[in-house]
Amino acid sequence: MKTRITDLLVIGGGLAGLRVAIGAAKRGHEVLTLSLVPPKRSHSAAAQGGMQASLANVAKGAGDTEDIHFEDTVRGSDWGADQVVARMFVNTAPKAVRELAAWGTPWSRVKSGEREVVINNEKVTLTEREAAQGLIAQRDFGGTKKWRTCYVSDGTGHAMLYTVSDQAIARGVAVEERCEALSLIHDGERCYGAVARNLVTGELFACLARATVIATGGAGRLYRVTTNAVICEGMGHALALETGVAALGNMEAVQFHPTGIFPAGILVTEGCRGDGGLLRDAEGHRFMPDYEPEKKELASRDVVSRRMEEHIRRGLGVDSRFGAHLWLDITLLGRRHIEHNLREVKEICAYFLGIDPAEKWIPVRPAQHYTMGGVRTRHTGESPHLKGLFAAGESACWDLHGFNRLGGNSVAETVVAGMIVGESVADFCDAPENDLAAPVALARECVRREEEKLLALLHSKGEENAFKLCAEMQEIMTRCVGIFRTADGLQDGVSHLQRLLQRSRHIGIQSKAWGSNPELVAAYRVRRMLKLAITIAYGAYQRTESRGAHFREDFPVRNDRDWLKRTLAFWCREAEEEATLPHLEYEAQDVNTMELPPGWRGYGAKNHIEHPDTAERQFAVERIRNHVQLAGSDRFALQQELMPYLEKLPARLRGRNERLDEPL
Amino acid sequence: MSAETFHRHITLNILRYNPQDADAEPRLQSYALEEADGMTLFIALNELREHQDPTLQFDFVCRAGICGSCAMMVNGRPRLACRTLVAELPAESTLTPLPFFELIGDLSVNTGKWMRGMSERLETWLHARETEPDLQRIEERMAPEIAEAIYELDRCVECGCCVAACGTAQMRPDFAGAVGFGKIARFRADPRDTRDDDDYFELIGDDTGVFGCMSLLACHDVCPKSLPLKTQIAFLRRKMALIA
Repeated sequence: MKTRITDLLVIGGGLAGLRVAIGAAKRGHEVLTLSLVPPKRSHSAAAQGGMQASLANVAKGAGDTEDIHFEDTVRGSDWGADQVVARMFVNTAPKAVRELAAWGTPWSRVKSGEREVVINNEKVTLTEREAAQGLIAQRDFGGTKKWRTCYVSDGTGHAMLYTVSDQAIARGVAVEERCEALSLIHDGERCYGAVARNLVTGELFACLARATVIATGGAGRLYRVTTNAVICEGMGHALALETGVAALGNMEAVQFHPTGIFPAGILVTEGCRGDGGLLRDAEGHRFMPDYEPEKKELASRDVVSRRMEEHIRRGLGVDSRFGAHLWLDITLLGRRHIEHNLREVKEICAYFLGIDPAEKWIPVRPAQHYTMGGVRTRHTGESPHLKGLFAAGESACWDLHGFNRLGGNSVAETVVAGMIVGESVADFCDAPENDLAAPVALARECVRREEEKLLALLHSKGEENAFKLCAEMQEIMTRCVGIFRTADGLQDGVSHLQRLLQRSRHIGIQSKAWGSNPELVAAYRVRRMLKLAITIAYGAYQRTESRGAHFREDFPVRNDRDWLKRTLAFWCREAEEEATLPHLEYEAQDVNTMELPPGWRGYGAKNHIEHPDTAERQFAVERIRNHVQLAGSDRFALQQELMPYLEKLPARLRGRNERLDEPL
Repeated sequence: MSAETFHRHITLNILRYNPQDADAEPRLQSYALEEADGMTLFIALNELREHQDPTLQFDFVCRAGICGSCAMMVNGRPRLACRTLVAELPAESTLTPLPFFELIGDLSVNTGKWMRGMSERLETWLHARETEPDLQRIEERMAPEIAEAIYELDRCVECGCCVAACGTAQMRPDFAGAVGFGKIARFRADPRDTRDDDDYFELIGDDTGVFGCMSLLACHDVCPKSLPLKTQIAFLRRKMALIA
């Protein structure tokens, strides 16, 4: 058995994983990264529109601060977010943008003087001030009060990923490409690394590490229609779930992006609407202002997606042989803007639809886009249930996004979490009490177990087909666990998925190759995907309220009284082969420590059931606010009074952020 | 969307070879399938794998023309398979793996390993003045036009099409390729990078670098991102010749 011993094992080579790896490497630790694909192919590359950070350089961003970014994020999350984590995030986001700028990301820059933009279907002239010339520019995105989304044309994720990946190469971070972690090595108390499989040779090897980080992105491929890359199958989520010890948080929180191109589900960026694009129906009517007079096309994604589906249900969608869709109209932005700022969109339209978006409307319909749920961690990124296990980025639930993520907060989260978790992981590795007496016998046992499972699969006489099971699962998830959910649909979905999980124990495989074998990979992954699918559907069934992207037609109101809490899902370990349901627990959120007590989001439904502590906390917050204002203290002092968080950040990330209007 | 359209039956001849199998011989295998509306090679190949031949190896990740994973030879020309519409292909087409790169099996090649080697050799990362920038301070300014010009070159997705189409690379396995030159051009255009032409000469100032280019420039014609490779190579060569 081959054994690799390292300080830090990072599973996943996207933005979050690589930024954690760089952080730990800078602190002198040896890092081994496992990646399914060459890191620059990771799904981070597909983020088009941008990254939120309150730099306040552009005219429409004037006056922006961490405070407003914080409030937008918490409102976006429908109060599901951990507000301390949200604070840590908004204070670090400007530093992350600036670090990337120093590392080479070609952020689009402010050009001073007048420029014409489209806002709410009208041409408007904005004047960018001389002082901002050449600073990093921001564009508008959904659910935000200010223009805050920093961007590189519409290839932001690509440019960020290349910057970070090149930095990782410069620092000699080792990456094992085309390697997949099959299971975590742990003893129920501590995680010691992972059993990995080389996808080309089939070789199994043990990676032993003081700390292990899951940074594997989302699980969009549980659904039939998703913007996610084909590698986004939630395998990192499954690694944690299958320990039976670590928990997944809020898996029922699944985001649907309003503008997947129809029917392929390929994403066109929110930047289209941020830059002034409109949604239209079969009549050509711009319908969003009818539903959302405040934010129109730029309400949060959960709200816009729901309104679109609602509109289609009313029979106002465009009929096609693949079903109904709506239109995204960016023709009003003009060819020059599209060819400079929305070029990926232009390419996608040309290659996949055969249309020119400067002249024709784009057929769109909401598609699965983002997994808010993930491996439950503390604000340090460490699992509270399994020592030595960390998670960062989309696969984590340290809980920045709650029940709905804002556009522009995902790639921002990857690098911010990378900076924060990179430090905490390095601290963990530095501490002598976390030294590792390499548990080689345990590792050997874990490798042997995986080998047995693979051999059993290869030689199974079962007649189930892995690809078919996967397709059935995707169909059920799309039908029963989508944008609109009901008890009947979810119950039906759960029992269907349970039957699929049972059937997946009888998969047969035609090709017996031990090495590269796509069918074998599909077989062992679909079993894990089914566990995740059940966890999502079952969590959604149990949550009898509507919050963010989780919308129950039979419980259409947000219910803080009973549901201001996080779902924690554990897979039953003892009976792993028999279990077909996770065990759910709930973790209450404390209203009394919230900086922003629950209220109306500023868009979407206005009714919700109050938490009994909300009124009192609201009163306390007002009192502190008045008190601090009377004392003549600044916004930093006020924030500190409302909800102290700074000491939770690594020391080097605690500083304030300089702005043109807010010198240090 | 158009109403019912006639769907062709098409044939894909796919190169099959598993280098890990000592007894295997490379061969072309023919697969028949029915075309569907909007079918790309991504959809077609997955349909083959799911319904006809589960052993078929190929690579896709984003399936949206963004990540560069799926470059292959489509009727002799390197292309991104995911955004190749079957409707644009003749009724019988041949798919083979990109030449030059290490073959993993069938249509899958190890571009990642080669690209990492190229990056290490050409040091394709920003060589900044300050290694620990003050993150609290306002960022350094950059002219918007320069940022846009850098992004223009930064759009490379390392798919390998340019190297697969390169005459020099067929004869010289250590050739840096258009992808490498594109990256040097990208950092050279970046005012944040401290390197000068003397430094770049050390990296690409020989026959494994720009002087190895025979100016056949197929790289330029096949680049899926339409990068201005032709002008960049010519420009770099002129600059490097000044040093030599």
